[in-house]
Amino acid sequence: MPNRRALIGGAAASVAAAVLAAPQVRAQAQPPVIVIGGGFAGASCARALKQLDRDLAVTLIEPETVYLACPFSNAVLAGLRGIEAQTFRYDQFGDIGLIRKRAVAVDAERRRVRLEDGTDIGYVRLVLAPGVDLRFDALPGYDEAAVAIMPHAWKAGAQTLLLRDQLAAMPDGGVVILSAPANPFRCPPGPYERASLIAHYLKTSKPRSKLIILDAKDAFSKQRLFEAAWQELYPGLIEWVPLSSGGRVTEVDPATRTLVTEFGNHKADVANVIPPQRAGGIAQSAGVADQTGWCPIDPVTFESRLQPAIHVIGDAAIGGAMPKSAFSANAQAKACAAAVAALVRERQPAQPKLINTCYSLVAPGYGISIAGVYRPRDGLLAEVEGAGGTSPLEAPLSVRELEAAYAEDWFRTITSEVFG
Amino acid sequence: MTSHDMRRSKNRRGGRSFVPVLLAGLVASAPAWADAAPGATACTGCHGPAALGSAIPSLDGHAADDIVAQMQAFRSGERKATVMDRIARGFTEEETRAIAEWLAKPEAARHAQP
Repeated sequence: MPNRRALIGGAAASVAAAVLAAPQVRAQAQPPVIVIGGGFAGASCARALKQLDRDLAVTLIEPETVYLACPFSNAVLAGLRGIEAQTFRYDQFGDIGLIRKRAVAVDAERRRVRLEDGTDIGYVRLVLAPGVDLRFDALPGYDEAAVAIMPHAWKAGAQTLLLRDQLAAMPDGGVVILSAPANPFRCPPGPYERASLIAHYLKTSKPRSKLIILDAKDAFSKQRLFEAAWQELYPGLIEWVPLSSGGRVTEVDPATRTLVTEFGNHKADVANVIPPQRAGGIAQSAGVADQTGWCPIDPVTFESRLQPAIHVIGDAAIGGAMPKSAFSANAQAKACAAAVAALVRERQPAQPKLINTCYSLVAPGYGISIAGVYRPRDGLLAEVEGAGGTSPLEAPLSVRELEAAYAEDWFRTITSEVFG
Repeated sequence: MTSHDMRRSKNRRGGRSFVPVLLAGLVASAPAWADAAPGATACTGCHGPAALGSAIPSLDGHAADDIVAQMQAFRSGERKATVMDRIARGFTEEETRAIAEWLAKPEAARHAQP
């Protein structure tokens, strides 16, 4: 505690010094803005901070040497795309200080981050972009060992390839079961895009097979569009079991690849369990996650409601009406960076306006989308009324083809912006 | 992006460090990004540099008036779109104008690069 007083005194002194000093000197005297997590949110934010203020010291903490992107990974597991198309390196980050270590703890009071090797570094402001952790305490039977048999494939990489290989090894006539969680979770239309592309694979390679979606919800993103497309492209192949028909999986048995619901047991040849999720571990340790497991934020600055000087963006944040998507993460990152850069310079952050666009592929060359525009309202990010919505239910194939092409190009554009 | 673009943007950045220290102190080296109108930075999530050769048109080199007119046409439905009609309706005329003015600035000011 005496240290704290000394620290605050020190901070005040360095602020006073900063007023007199040239920006370069100020930048050296002041601890960096630290960003934890090099995904769509964190990498975008670190980049945007540097773009906003060249003199700001920005540190990005990310232990992995490559990033494996989730958008389009459903195409990988359906055999339509190589995993290399999902792989991005962290070698284009210019003068952003990249620390390739895991952050293990945050001391919000002293404004310090501890790394796995025991060193700790101070920050002027911290941006947490930890993505999601899969909850291995939420679904009996689904623990860390179970993922080797019943892959989640909800983080791209080895899990994506495992699910792809299981599908490839499955005999024709097999049953694939996909278990989808209750809201909120990463990528709301993701399970249904996945079901669509698996169905495409089954239809073309194993036509006597079947796909069952066991869902903990009674409604899902772009539902009418997906269902209409399934009817048209994959008649009789996909069975969606909603919550009210006993879709919620309450237990799994990896040894027998059995999924248990309140209405009975389902035995799968390939089981893809997308478990409930929460904000990534560092958010829990920093004390910015609430009892829901997610992080409440101020919608203007993305500053945590629970800890000062810590901002949370991307999937980990409670984004109000904004979905947990790569597009949202990137848009939030840039808005958050503007707020952080303003706050560091002791200026008033501007009211942001955000956009999200999520594409889903129902089949190769068949894309659909949902879009929204958001602004802070009543302490949350709320949808601007009269804007946004999904692709039209009735549209010629040319529109679906165009949206599939836009989806591909969106991915190319955003990954080039985020990873260089 | 290409290594050529990379060099170009690095050169531009290099130039910025010669801004007189006194001036930099006054404006806190405020670059164009700091002036981004609300919503503007989200555009580049889809609309990249022209060099990317995307089917989604680049916004590079468009005059502000042109962007405002296109957004108006999206809003009214006069110009057919897949998503831009849904997005354009989320912005007022005034907001659109501010975004367009920012987007019309030189390329290096807009695309996020370290």
